[in-house]
Amino acid sequence: MKNNSSSLSAAMHGKDLAMYFTAGFPVVDSTVDIIQSLDAAGVPIIEIGMPYSDPVADGPVIQQSNLQAIENGMTLELLFQQLKNLPPLQSHLYLMGYINPIMQFGVDRFCTLAQSVGIKGCILPDLPPELYAASYQPIFEKYGLKIVFLITPQTTVERIKLIDTLATGFVYAVSSNTITGKAGNNSAEAIEAYLLQAKTLVVKNKLMVGFGIATGKALHKVCEIADGGIVGTAFIKELAQTTDVVSVTTNFIQQIAEGYHE
Amino acid sequence: MSVVKSKPSLDGFYGEFGGAFVPEMLYANVTQLQQQYVEIIAEPSFQKELNDLLRHFVGRPTPLYFASNTSRLLNTNIYFKREDLCHTGAHKINNALGQILLAERLGKTRIIAETGAGQHGVATATACALRGLECIVYMGEKDIQRQAPNVARMRMLGATVVPATSGSKTLKDATNEAIRDWITNAENTHYIIGSVVGPHPYPDLVTKFQKIIGEEIEQQLLTQTGTALPTHVIACVGGGSNAAGAFYNFIEQPSVQLISVEAGGEGVHSGKSAATTQLGTVGVLHGSKSLVMQTADGQVIEPHSISAGLDYPGIGPLHAYLYKTERASFYNVTDVEAIEAAFATTKTEGIIPALETAHALAILSKLTWKPSDVVVVCFSGRGDKDLATYMPFLK
Ligand SMILES: Cc1ncc(COP(=O)(O)O)c(C=O)c1O
Repeated sequence: MKNNSSSLSAAMHGKDLAMYFTAGFPVVDSTVDIIQSLDAAGVPIIEIGMPYSDPVADGPVIQQSNLQAIENGMTLELLFQQLKNLPPLQSHLYLMGYINPIMQFGVDRFCTLAQSVGIKGCILPDLPPELYAASYQPIFEKYGLKIVFLITPQTTVERIKLIDTLATGFVYAVSSNTITGKAGNNSAEAIEAYLLQAKTLVVKNKLMVGFGIATGKALHKVCEIADGGIVGTAFIKELAQTTDVVSVTTNFIQQIAEGYHE
Repeated sequence: MSVVKSKPSLDGFYGEFGGAFVPEMLYANVTQLQQQYVEIIAEPSFQKELNDLLRHFVGRPTPLYFASNTSRLLNTNIYFKREDLCHTGAHKINNALGQILLAERLGKTRIIAETGAGQHGVATATACALRGLECIVYMGEKDIQRQAPNVARMRMLGATVVPATSGSKTLKDATNEAIRDWITNAENTHYIIGSVVGPHPYPDLVTKFQKIIGEEIEQQLLTQTGTALPTHVIACVGGGSNAAGAFYNFIEQPSVQLISVEAGGEGVHSGKSAATTQLGTVGVLHGSKSLVMQTADGQVIEPHSISAGLDYPGIGPLHAYLYKTERASFYNVTDVEAIEAAFATTKTEGIIPALETAHALAILSKLTWKPSDVVVVCFSGRGDKDLATYMPFLK
């Protein structure tokens, strides 16, 4: 385990990997095993997906993992119980998902429990910065929870600056205007130009790039400009095939590290 | 007591309901619409073009028909606002044409839409054929089966009909797929939402294109009866666009009672229903805060209605607001009651209603009326598309 951990960080030279997975997938008890394996493999940021029935920003693979997790009986209530039993971790944990389940759970209660199980922050794609600032920011700050916002190639300069001001976790740069797991319509040159500009505008937070990064090589490419990259769909695809989430996770990160190095 | 308003706040809220809960990938498109829709719609050239189309292509104004046989049976005055006589057979074309002119002015070349009953899909495909724009319609796999004639019409009109195969395979899932398409093709595509749902400005935008229904009701009542205001306006509510259009002019007229009819399915508490105000709680679905049918854990429940156009687990934020403020009274009608009302109206009045409209009609015999009442039913669509559902009940 130690080896894995040092091989990822050695390969990435101070750049960050964030791994997304869906809580309660492939089976309801996978959550803790996956988190511990990612932590042991030296992944700096773990995005725990909170399943939702109508994930409009997600492609088929993550849609499917959400529906399967719900079918498996995954709920926010159960997720917090699972997270309560985690030992201390090196990785930073973020909860990622849609706003509706949090509204039903109660924002205050959600934040209380998130803080108590050691969550660092949240990524809530359908809660825009304006609505966050208007109604959610005081509660999140009261419980010391960080917030992450997305930017896209269509986000204006002014808005990227505003988002960098409001964000406290990192800024999540969506590589193309697309849903998760789907290659966008933008050329490699267009993406590079966009990331270069974003990197100059995002000064307060780390700039992490996500959507469509499936390999260590692709991760390396975005890390030439950004502070790190986010992998989700490619990992969910592997998890969907297995009952042994621990070795799949360990192998996946090892492959990422090797691919990054090449 | 604060007055119930027909317009949302600048950021798109009707009371606590509305707003634009969209991912950043849609921010550019949604804000462009927010910033420009009021101005574009108000332009004289836009108004002229739309009004010409509504008059000569759609056939507006649609008649306000005094339903004498039904009125006699119920000993009151019942009027049908004949949206079923619009070109393509339902009120949906009012919105589709308005939005296509808007899309053109925004420089969009590709049109997407979701559809339940297929009426909005047909209306959008029609508008796209007229204006020579590419058209992609998302439709739940289950709805493709039960509304086959409309699928054929859309294809004949040149649209690509894409089945939505996730979840309940109905309107909710078709809407999810349309949103995903819009995210992926944000720059060249306009999404013509078919009801008063979705992120701000859609609820108000669609209401603006449908409010002609209520405006005509006022003028026609004045001409026909000497009084502009009815005592009651009745409409079915799926997302709520025909209701929003019929109600809009009367929302700030407290003497007019607004009656909304939702799909009760097999009964509100049968587990197979689409009566959102009765079963829903406050939540976010498809980009706006409203009432949503969902589990305690915030997962959206798959609704049920025999009528594809009402088979939706939410309602537009305007209607959630009219419900919460009690400005409108909400009723629901079961599948069986709707079928019975469809057959009764067909025999009594010689008009075959859409299954959605049949829900509004079914409430007529469930409520009591005074002889002096002037009751307008928004006859949102015609029933040709529903013959396959009606046929087994022909005895
Ligand atoms: C004839 C007819 N009426 C009503 C509806 C319900 O939609 P809304 O509630 O937006 O009017 C539909 C939807 O397809 C329809 O086709």
